[in-house]
Amino acid sequence: MNVTRTPAFRHRHLLDIDGLSAAEIGALLDLADFYVDLGRRADKKINRLRGRTLVNLFFESSTRTRTSFELAGKRLGADVINMSVEGSSIKKGETLIDTAMTLNAMQPDVMVVRHSDSGAVELLSQKVDGAVINAGDGSHAHPTQALLDAVTIRRRGKRLSGLVVAICGDILHSRVARSNIMLLTTMGAVVRVVAPPTLLPTAVERLGVEVHHDMRKGLKDVDIVMMLRLQLERMHGAFVPSIREYFHFYGLDREKLSLAKEDALIMHPGPMNRGVEIDSEVADDINRSVIREQVEIGVGVRMACLDALVNHTLEIPVEKAA
Amino acid sequence: MSAASPTARRVAYRNARLLDPSSGLDAKGGLLTVNGTIADLGPHIFAAGTPDDAEVVDCKGLCLAPGLIDLRASLGEPGAEHKETIATGTRSAAAGGVTSVVVTPDTRPVLDDIALVEFIERQGKATGVVHVYPSAAVTRSLEGKEMTELGMLAEAGAVAFTDGFKSITNAMVMRRALSYATAFGLLISHHTESPDLVGTGVMNQGELATRLGLSGILNESEVIMLERDIRLVLATGARYHAASISTADSVDVIRAAKAQGLPVTCGVSPCHFALNENEVGDYRTFAKVSPPLRSEDDRRAIVAGLRDGTIDVICSNHKPQDQDSKRRPFAQAAFGAVGLETLLPIGLELVHKGELTMIEMLRRLTSAPAQLYRLPGGRLAKGAPADLVLFDPGMPWRIDADAFLSKSKNSPFDRRPVQGRALRTVVEGETVHLFG
Repeated sequence: MNVTRTPAFRHRHLLDIDGLSAAEIGALLDLADFYVDLGRRADKKINRLRGRTLVNLFFESSTRTRTSFELAGKRLGADVINMSVEGSSIKKGETLIDTAMTLNAMQPDVMVVRHSDSGAVELLSQKVDGAVINAGDGSHAHPTQALLDAVTIRRRGKRLSGLVVAICGDILHSRVARSNIMLLTTMGAVVRVVAPPTLLPTAVERLGVEVHHDMRKGLKDVDIVMMLRLQLERMHGAFVPSIREYFHFYGLDREKLSLAKEDALIMHPGPMNRGVEIDSEVADDINRSVIREQVEIGVGVRMACLDALVNHTLEIPVEKAA
Repeated sequence: MSAASPTARRVAYRNARLLDPSSGLDAKGGLLTVNGTIADLGPHIFAAGTPDDAEVVDCKGLCLAPGLIDLRASLGEPGAEHKETIATGTRSAAAGGVTSVVVTPDTRPVLDDIALVEFIERQGKATGVVHVYPSAAVTRSLEGKEMTELGMLAEAGAVAFTDGFKSITNAMVMRRALSYATAFGLLISHHTESPDLVGTGVMNQGELATRLGLSGILNESEVIMLERDIRLVLATGARYHAASISTADSVDVIRAAKAQGLPVTCGVSPCHFALNENEVGDYRTFAKVSPPLRSEDDRRAIVAGLRDGTIDVICSNHKPQDQDSKRRPFAQAAFGAVGLETLLPIGLELVHKGELTMIEMLRRLTSAPAQLYRLPGGRLAKGAPADLVLFDPGMPWRIDADAFLSKSKNSPFDRRPVQGRALRTVVEGETVHLFG
């Protein structure tokens, strides 16, 4: 990207994409590129966070995001603690704020927080001294997912500006969709949302996206197809009639994919429901699907976010040997 | 319907009064069908004589119109074959001049699955004498909870979606169904009767119900559901049809919604423009229909709604009931009546009384329902299906339920003197009913 480097990163927390300028996003993606490359070396460590403490506080279960942050923290040299709802005082009825205050007393430098309620991470961030990274709050935001999607796209040689991206599926409940819409439109991409009306939030077009109910029209000539997970409990008559109807009209298969550009990439934030929103054949297509790459790149992106927040800079570290 | 003959089969209808609401045509002339299609029509097409190989039907100046299209009939199959079957129901339709019937999904099992929609289509072709189109359920088992596979059911051939004679109580379920339907441009037809307000009611709430000691169905039970629906249409932009309205308030509400430009339409059954609650008289269970027969003021408002175009279609609400379902104390008797065979003569009452022109009355039974459910037929035009009814608008007769071709014999119009009768009903060029 041809953006002016902004070496300083003045944000205390990373709660959403909204607060970031196009220049900041560009620099953050560049920094992430460096960390992705670092992760491919034999020695993956760099001491940008030595002596620092990272707390992973997950009120909602997660495998890949929590592991990704844990690995990112460790590769940067931080001490990492994982807290999950299971077996914690949260289960005993402690309020969100009390939990935050208790953990804050232990002086963590960064807290990575996931919560099922929109806005809960921001509320928590107001009560702690260190930096807070939103690892997903309700249907609101998941900024590191949007950043890693952008890095994945760029590393496949595509410019974000002018790119046509279709985000397909349960937009209504998706924090990934919201953060991606925010990031991609900020970076000058054209975003389409493709879903039945029951899975679209009210006034979604006001977020600067094109709305499509017909997937065949929505996928026409797109560069990127982003599929979203449809939660099982939403498939049986409430939001969509059934799995088979959903797959028939909104599942990504070869035939629908053929309408996108020939070199269009397929993305999915995981975990996938094969045969619900995506056909296995398409999900596993090594030429088109970048779903596993997204996971790898996620670690590098989280390293970049941790580095930027703790060290207040977006400058790419000059290091000889880690 | 008969197998295709090796050579083209031509039928020349001479000396007819051609009536086509879709074009406004009302003129003397002839009509030629070739196989299943209308090949030509007009005042002078047989001026040089009819084609040599054509069968000639002399219409004797009587009315030749598109076959009637009924959007709301319960044909019993599957599950209530003791009340009606597709074979008997379509013969009843043909006797009434009806050439297309849309069946309601309130069967057993409910038409909420692709296999059942396909069953109706198959059974219609195998045993029916007129066109049979399935409408499918909006919610599974008509329970008003979970949406059916609207998109795939439409692909399988469901022409509209409705929970039949049941209302969807949960407003969120209705909203989501309407919203989902917009993705495919589907129409939802709704029975607008709030079950909470109907309660244990069995006839119109009013003086007569009070005198008879019968539990009344509130007038508001209909308009509250209708107003709710119209709010939801406003929010979703979905195509919505109030299947069968019965009150003056409902006419006002639909009129206002149309003035707002909303995609809202409505239907009415002959019971509700021709009869009022007094038919219940001394507990006549044949007059127990849903929605209930209303007051005379309501009936007049319905007629006014037909006249000014607020009411788009006339439907039969054909819901045959066996004797056991009707020979009970009024409160315990089933709702519903045979409607296909009385649709035309009761419709013609509107014309004889000067309330609607012949063309306007026929529009509500032909081109309007065809357009609404996007069905072929319903018009006299070159290339249109040769689905026709030849009727004598003036023939006096007395409705005799015992003579119905329907398997069931219950009708609130039994013994009613009427004027006008279908003489010949033609489906895809073949005569499927001939009177006398």
